[in-house]
Amino acid sequence: MRVGIRTDSLRKVFTTPPPVGGQVGRPFAPRRKGAPKPTYTVVALDGVSLDVEPGEIFGLLGPNGAGKSTTVGILTTRVRPTSGQAWIGDFNVWERRVEVKRLIGVVPQRPNLDFALTAREVLTFHGAYFGLSAADRHARADQLLDRFKLTDRANHMLFGFSGGMMQRLSIARAMMHDPSVLFLDEPSAGLDPQTRLLLSEMILDYNARGKTILLTTHNMEEADSLCHRVAIVDHGKVIALGTPKELKRSIPGGYVLRLHFAATPPALADALRAMPGVTETRPAGDGRLDVYADRGGTLIPGIVAAADAAGTAIQDVHILEPSLENLFLHHTGRSLRE
Amino acid sequence: MNLKTFLAMLARDAHVARRNAFVLLTQTMLQPMMFVFVFGRIMTTSGYMPPQYKSLLLPGIMALSMVMTGTWAVAMPLVAEFQFTKEIEDRLLAPMEMEWLAVEKVVAGMVQALISGLIVIPAAWLAMGSGVAISADHLALFVTMALLVALLSASLGLALGCSVGQQQIGLMFSMVLAPMIFFGCTYYPWAALEKFPIMKRLVLANPLVYASEGLRGALVPQFPHLSTLAVVGGLLGFDAFLIAFGLRQFRRKALT
Repeated sequence: MRVGIRTDSLRKVFTTPPPVGGQVGRPFAPRRKGAPKPTYTVVALDGVSLDVEPGEIFGLLGPNGAGKSTTVGILTTRVRPTSGQAWIGDFNVWERRVEVKRLIGVVPQRPNLDFALTAREVLTFHGAYFGLSAADRHARADQLLDRFKLTDRANHMLFGFSGGMMQRLSIARAMMHDPSVLFLDEPSAGLDPQTRLLLSEMILDYNARGKTILLTTHNMEEADSLCHRVAIVDHGKVIALGTPKELKRSIPGGYVLRLHFAATPPALADALRAMPGVTETRPAGDGRLDVYADRGGTLIPGIVAAADAAGTAIQDVHILEPSLENLFLHHTGRSLRE
Repeated sequence: MNLKTFLAMLARDAHVARRNAFVLLTQTMLQPMMFVFVFGRIMTTSGYMPPQYKSLLLPGIMALSMVMTGTWAVAMPLVAEFQFTKEIEDRLLAPMEMEWLAVEKVVAGMVQALISGLIVIPAAWLAMGSGVAISADHLALFVTMALLVALLSASLGLALGCSVGQQQIGLMFSMVLAPMIFFGCTYYPWAALEKFPIMKRLVLANPLVYASEGLRGALVPQFPHLSTLAVVGGLLGFDAFLIAFGLRQFRRKALT
């Protein structure tokens, strides 16, 4: 079955801290009499509308805290939207949660594996929750353990598992009931290059069977190499959407030269803008200037000369090749890793 | 509700409980058994306690063990699985309304409470030696009581497990469970509080009182005990309240 994903102006405002464990606090924190109750308001999503085609690999790209995981949380029935709607196939996610859960597989950002079980039991019980027959779930578990290279640890409890092994097992578990839509929240975070490669292979394989995949990442290369289309999100909003190629083409020039001068007199920016191949210059504060151009290193001698002529000196140059990262920089004025 | 999913989750809990059976039993039964041995054997044999105390003690210990086992069996995994690792998510994502997962936890806890209650009778008998006079005349009443007490223990586990965090487990034990045990009419009948009129009323807010008194009425009716009607009413009331409260807390924890 080919199933798409659609959202319409999704908004999520957290009024209590997300119930994530690990916060160390006293059970009864003392509060001075009359002191106002501490308030907590975080707008995690601010009107996200997406339309993911059946059979597509769709990427949500953005820095930490952009709203990627909240989007996945809403689409996987785990987070209630403050307003807006979401559909998996024909099912409204919030209203038809049971039907939706049948269609989706979820790989969370942090492995949430059942530590009371062995690796193989994690898979077979998961299959049982989804109504697979005993024969089916054992056969499928064997097959997945083999594909994810976990066969030799199949009967071990999870305590000794490395991060990479847990991540592989999480993905195997999500595939166990053969869902039509697979959600992967930061699937490659913390994986070594070899496992990352295995993961890409698995994702492409699964997609080749007509499955829809939505993955979140802050890794540009991953989005670029895997996704058919990418939505760039920041502060709970989609700021750009398209195929990686389209997106890269949309950056003026393609190259970005991040320059650092001793000072940036207005004459300097004018001179730079007048140079051949330069499409735009943007001050980035504190003597910094971003130059968007259709070429990279060949501009440097001209820039040095222009700085000289404007009575300042260049201190640092960083050239970024055309990439989704530049696109993010172009739209937000920040680099993804900042 | 999806029966296949529900049963699969029960099977999972049974599997895990079997694997941890020794630890679970030791955790909840060792202490009551030592109490039984000291007070039911040493104190009675040496003459400091009358021999009838053995029979009086047994239903209280049974109530105590059942409540501890059921509460522990439901609360501890819930506390752990809702924490940092969010282990419970794989079951929240199973194709079933999530409230049924809470119900499943309660059913699993009930089964464990009943098993521990059934182990207590022969074990306490052995520990106390001869002279335990329990009656099998009120079998239907006994079964009803055992079921209501098991439900009480598991729903208390649900309510506590979804209300406290990992850092507060010690506090939960010393502030909730320990007072419950000591003021739960486990070691003495409710009638023994005659000389403590305020306390006699206050302890009625403790669900364990109804559990102990109910089992006492079913197993050793020769001792004073609360009327069956009061016990059934009390247990049903606490069961309903704890389940409703537990489900609300569960929903709050499970959804953001």
